[in-house]
Amino acid sequence: MNLDFTSILPSLPYILRGIGVTLQIVALAGLLGFLLGIILSLFKISSIKVLGWFADIYTSIFRGTPLVLQLMIIYFGSPQILGYQIEPYVAAVLAFGLNSAAYISEIIRAGILAVDKGQSEAAMALGVPYRPMMLNIILPQALKNILPALMNEFITLTKESAIVTTIGVMDIMRRAYQVGADKYSFFEPLLLAGLIYYIMVMTLTILGKVIERRMRRGD
Amino acid sequence: MIKIDQLYKDFGKLQVLKGISTSIKEGEVVAIIGPSGSGKSTFLRCINLLEKPTTGRIFINNQDITEKKTNIMDIRQNVGMVFQHFHLFPHMTVLGNLIYAPMKVKGQTKQEAEKLGLELLAKVGLSDKANEYPKRLSGGQKQRVAIARALAMQPEVMLFDEPTSALDPEMVKEVLDVMKSLAHTGMTMAIVTHEMGFAREVADRVLFLDGGKLVEDAPPQEFFTKPKSGRARDFLQKML
Ligand SMILES: Nc1ncnc2c1ncn2[C@@H]1O[C@H](COP(=O)(O)OP(=O)(O)OP(=O)(O)O)[C@@H](O)[C@H]1O
Ligand SMILES: [Mg+2]
Repeated sequence: MNLDFTSILPSLPYILRGIGVTLQIVALAGLLGFLLGIILSLFKISSIKVLGWFADIYTSIFRGTPLVLQLMIIYFGSPQILGYQIEPYVAAVLAFGLNSAAYISEIIRAGILAVDKGQSEAAMALGVPYRPMMLNIILPQALKNILPALMNEFITLTKESAIVTTIGVMDIMRRAYQVGADKYSFFEPLLLAGLIYYIMVMTLTILGKVIERRMRRGD
Repeated sequence: MIKIDQLYKDFGKLQVLKGISTSIKEGEVVAIIGPSGSGKSTFLRCINLLEKPTTGRIFINNQDITEKKTNIMDIRQNVGMVFQHFHLFPHMTVLGNLIYAPMKVKGQTKQEAEKLGLELLAKVGLSDKANEYPKRLSGGQKQRVAIARALAMQPEVMLFDEPTSALDPEMVKEVLDVMKSLAHTGMTMAIVTHEMGFAREVADRVLFLDGGKLVEDAPPQEFFTKPKSGRARDFLQKML
């Protein structure tokens, strides 16, 4: 196996700049997925059946079709859905956000149901209405329990984000691929991209562990 | 103060309360006793509408709380409840537990709520624990915080569902003492308990439930010395 990284060295900054793009997409999509996931999870445990049905159908669609398909439908379908062509970057954030909302809503729902029923009873007995009870009493406890699962979801998001390359987003993956095409050698730049993804995932993993440990110490 | 009229409660096919009628006067302390599964908790939980009565009516201060148009939250603010397993909010400090509902529900300022909270902590003998998290407290301390938390809403009635059943024996007294002093302040209290000595000493009346029916309703002297029903006699024999 002959490896030659010297020829791609000048392109290294170019590839590294993809980190920012990837991180931005993951952060925004993660935030969108998290907020939407909370709302969907509240729908799922709601006593209003229609809301529950909506959230269940939503989840089953986004979990039951390939992510790359969702991404392309949102990107190439935007002229027909919205009336104009959206940026690849925006399509990426939307697709990943909407998709991870489906998974995160399931995680949060399980987290809410795992909180001792006595907690909501104690809040109700004090005359606390439903909304502040959920926001101040139940969700903080649920989120603490599901932090590892949420962290996993963000890590998955980071890795899967590489498929945004298919709609032309200039992320790590696409930049590495371009450099490969330029130099007629894909192996080295792709290895480099792999290393970058790996380091990002490991960083997230360690970060998750630290946060978890800190929260554990808190109680 | 509280009037209960023909209270029925079903869980699906299971009839748990079968026509209970009684009343509790202001300042009265009522002990509710009876075998496991007789419906004591359900009865208590109907009074603050944690359970919705199937039929029958409950009046608090002459207001029918089973009526559709009553605001459940208003009722609950006025009726405090203490649970067997405390149910303190684990992510809040002791003082945080005490000030949360008064601030959120009654709109008290933080200063007002903390002032009252600290006074109540002093009353239950836990001033030094204000900034601890519940996890660091013993069972008896947790339950005293739970009592203070309920009192922080300044309710007119307090409900207790087996407040000492989850405690180690050496911690039962500290909780009963707090309840006793609360009774002396004239608080209206309904207490589900297996502590017969406490019921006898502190209660003005004993309600004996069996199979979802109110079998006896008598002053403790009468109930403990000459119970009318065979069921109560059997029960007391087992307990004492
Ligand atoms: N939410 C519920 N759904 C269905 N059945 C219930 C529910 N709550 C209570 N029950 C049933 O109602 C009956 C009375 O229960 P309850 O808890 O009121 O009894 P209890 O007198 O408090 O008993 P214990 O001394 O064991 O606490 C029991 O058979 C119980 O299984
Ligand atoms: Mg009970």
